[in-house]
Amino acid sequence: MKEKLQEIWKKLRKKPMSILGCCIVLSFVVVAALAPVLAPPAPNSRDNYLIPQDGYSPDPVKPTLADWYGPKAVKHRFGTTEQQYDLYYGMVWGTRTAFQVALSVTATALLIGILIGGLAGFYGGWVDEVLMRFTDVILALPGIILAVVIVAVLGPSLQKVLIAVAVVAWPSYARLLRGDVLSIKEREYVLAAKALGATDLRIMFRHILPNCIYPLLVVASLELGSIVITAAALSFLGLGAPLGYADWGQLISLSRNWILGSSGNPFAFWHTLFIPGTAIFFFVLGWNLMGDALRDILDPRQK
Amino acid sequence: MIKFFAKRLAMLPLVMAGVTILLFTLLQFLSPEMRAALYVKDPRQLSALEQVIQKYHLRDPMPVQYWVWLKQVLPIGAPADGKGFPLQFKTPDLGYSETAKMPVFEAIQSFFPATLELTLMAFIPIMAFGIWFGTLSAVHKDKFVDHLSRFIAITGYSLPSFVLGLLLLMIFYGKLQYFPPGRYSLDIDMLVHDAAKFNHYTGFLLLDSLLNRNLAVFWDVLKHLILPGVTLMYISVALLVRITRSSMLEELSKDYVRTARAKGLPERVVVGKHARRNALIPVVTLSSLLFVRLLGGVVITETVFDYPGIGRWGVNAAQQLDVPGVLGSALLSAMLFVVANMISDIVYAVVDPRIRVQ
Repeated sequence: MKEKLQEIWKKLRKKPMSILGCCIVLSFVVVAALAPVLAPPAPNSRDNYLIPQDGYSPDPVKPTLADWYGPKAVKHRFGTTEQQYDLYYGMVWGTRTAFQVALSVTATALLIGILIGGLAGFYGGWVDEVLMRFTDVILALPGIILAVVIVAVLGPSLQKVLIAVAVVAWPSYARLLRGDVLSIKEREYVLAAKALGATDLRIMFRHILPNCIYPLLVVASLELGSIVITAAALSFLGLGAPLGYADWGQLISLSRNWILGSSGNPFAFWHTLFIPGTAIFFFVLGWNLMGDALRDILDPRQK
Repeated sequence: MIKFFAKRLAMLPLVMAGVTILLFTLLQFLSPEMRAALYVKDPRQLSALEQVIQKYHLRDPMPVQYWVWLKQVLPIGAPADGKGFPLQFKTPDLGYSETAKMPVFEAIQSFFPATLELTLMAFIPIMAFGIWFGTLSAVHKDKFVDHLSRFIAITGYSLPSFVLGLLLLMIFYGKLQYFPPGRYSLDIDMLVHDAAKFNHYTGFLLLDSLLNRNLAVFWDVLKHLILPGVTLMYISVALLVRITRSSMLEELSKDYVRTARAKGLPERVVVGKHARRNALIPVVTLSSLLFVRLLGGVVITETVFDYPGIGRWGVNAAQQLDVPGVLGSALLSAMLFVVANMISDIVYAVVDPRIRVQ
């Protein structure tokens, strides 16, 4: 295991694109970790993830140079978005939300996928039939519609979005793992383990799973980006966290009313869309570049 | 062959039953009163809540509710007057969609052609561009074109459709005023819905406007399709470019290509006639799956551009828990999924004779 990881790291270092991907992700990690320093919350704030609001005027305000250097009392470095929410604060704390979404959804979906795909592949027969038909049913619905139904039924909140996206994301992992388990369980070392009297659990976790986990991890790292996009899309549809929560998808949905600008100045509020849009793009790009490089390394067929 | 397709076709009712049972199960999270309230829009009618609960058997166990719904929807059932043979054909009643403000069946009829039109607007350029560009980047591996295709692919994967869509709207609608959102402008809307002046032959407005010899409508509809089409295309073309490229690379390394080159055939013939024809097999198979993906991806794109299609309706219905609307759009997409998979199998057998022999 350790040698394998070292080998991966060695190959990863040789690819400029993967280094770029790692750098992008790492810089987001730094922003997320330093959020309280970069954008200190107000001392009396209830929840650090709530974006401070400056007055109640609905119109966004563009950032000016004075927001960076000048003597302004309240500085909105990226300006404000609809209803005077501070964009800079939202972006910084939204990084934490993005990681939370990406990692927890991927972990949950992987867990469900491993459980269902593993069971189906390992036991075969009617267990396989039932579990895989269930997987087919979920795959037959457009993911976003199913996710919207789930959130609508459970009531909109960030947690419910996480659940919904995980429910939509696991079937592809389950399918992939099932196929690999099916081929690996026919190998002779599995037969040998069985002959030695190993329990099903031991065979599964000790002999089969370690041999088919890498393709799964590659797919997981490649899908991480699309998971972030799906979750942001739900926020964009207004089904995510409550208004004013630091979440990129919501910041983009807040920009929706302002893309036409003010009269005579079509780009008056470009920052409300451009800043959160860029952040989400680079976040997903970073993970995609890393996943791409991982696939090249772990899947020799691609060469 | 026929047996194989009959088996696949038999999957259709099973998948549709599975999809609707799944959605019904999800709806059990809501209390009967909450679900009944979805049918009652006017607060003065709140006293009718109990009637609605009775009518749809909302307090009964979920299988009973499902059975009540199924009896309504199935095209075969007992005749309403109770006379004659106990099983007769009838028109399926999918209910009334509150979000579309029309019966579900009508809503599907009006929204589906719009979605199909938009999807085709993206699909055809994706196929043409994807195959062309994929071949190009395989032939010029590790050159500028190849890097460019990689760049397009990775940015296409990484850019959410709603960000791209809003950016395009900001530039081409807000600034340049070229391409407005929606499906048609206000005056065209009036014209299109005037039965005396405009015949709906197919539901595809581009085709209908040509059949009606009305170029103004054609131009207007085309203008509304371009931005959502480009958005869909950009986020989905990556898949096709990459698949064509890797498939081409594999074919180009095979012995028959070397033979063809050794014979002295021009490179154009080697690439276009020998390698590409074989490389297209996985591409063609994938294309029907791409079509399904497009139909799924259209959901957000339609919402951003306020385009009246199945996707926008489905999301609206799901947001407002318009149960008949959700079930209707889900049934439609499940059906499309199974059909597209089947078409993919058929096409696979057509382009690759080896499959037919097996």
